Amino acid sequence: MFSLSGKLALITGASGGIGAAIARQLHERGAIVVLSGTREGALQDVAAALGSERVHIVPANLSDDAQADALVSRAEEVAGQPLDILVNNAGLTRDTLAVRMKDDDWAQVLKVDLESPFRLARAALKGMQRRRSGRIISISSIVGTTGNPGQANYAAAKAGIVGMSKSLAQEVGRRGVTVNVVAPGFVETAMTDVLPEAVREKLLGNIPLGRMGRPEDVAAAVVYLASDEAGWVTGTTLHVNGGMAMV
Amino acid sequence: MSNEIADKVKKIVVEHLGVDADQVKPDASFIDDLGADSLDTVELVMAFEEAFSVEIPEDAAEKIATVNDAIEYITKQKAA
Repeated sequence: MFSLSGKLALITGASGGIGAAIARQLHERGAIVVLSGTREGALQDVAAALGSERVHIVPANLSDDAQADALVSRAEEVAGQPLDILVNNAGLTRDTLAVRMKDDDWAQVLKVDLESPFRLARAALKGMQRRRSGRIISISSIVGTTGNPGQANYAAAKAGIVGMSKSLAQEVGRRGVTVNVVAPGFVETAMTDVLPEAVREKLLGNIPLGRMGRPEDVAAAVVYLASDEAGWVTGTTLHVNGGMAMV
Repeated sequence: MSNEIADKVKKIVVEHLGVDADQVKPDASFIDDLGADSLDTVELVMAFEEAFSVEIPEDAAEKIATVNDAIEYITKQKAA
């Protein structure tokens, strides 16, 4: 079950906590992984941990349209085979209350968190449609469903991912390509490490499963959606949040 | 020139829709006669764009319903 042997997977934001875990688990299942991100050194660290086989690095800055548009073909070139699995994981936050949010805070987050996943999906779908197979998996967030003060930009982008994915899923379903979303809740990463203890306590009180998420919890959901076994699942959002929001 | 275009268009249609070459008559409609769905027609237009190095804008693409429509449009673009 869930073998990804010989499949080519492109993971954006692969140097982050969740991205690295996704790369690791896809690789463990036999996939050839292309790691993308802005920090080449950090990508090399992730690649080194995976060993020397079936790993490639293609640095890219997804706030640059041309780089986003070219990433899929660059990944295919470096790996020497067509793309089977696209994981839109890269994202950034510019948190602040709406009244203080600058135009650029809004634009940057929408650009990287929503527009670049579309650009990548558009590029990937051309080949996937033709080959009659493929998987597009985008990482959203629970705040795309619930909202979160200080994250109007991020929540809008993450909700947008869901609407986009449902539309793409309907467009390409007949071609054997599935398009799905994974929406994590609060996951232990560098981003959440800095939360004050009192905030963590309060967060944990809202999670029926009684702990923060691990990057591996999210990665396992990606592995499932990437697998042949998930071939009849499309347009859905798999919430991985310890039960914090049952939607 | 235009025969060359017609042959190439027909070849692309045969490849993409998996139909026999003799079904690809000039007035054959992609959807009604050749079994294409809406995504097939988009793929065909993309294949034409690639093969002939032309850009077919959305409003023009919508009007390309038959084999002849495609040949005429591309011939006009290449002549321009």
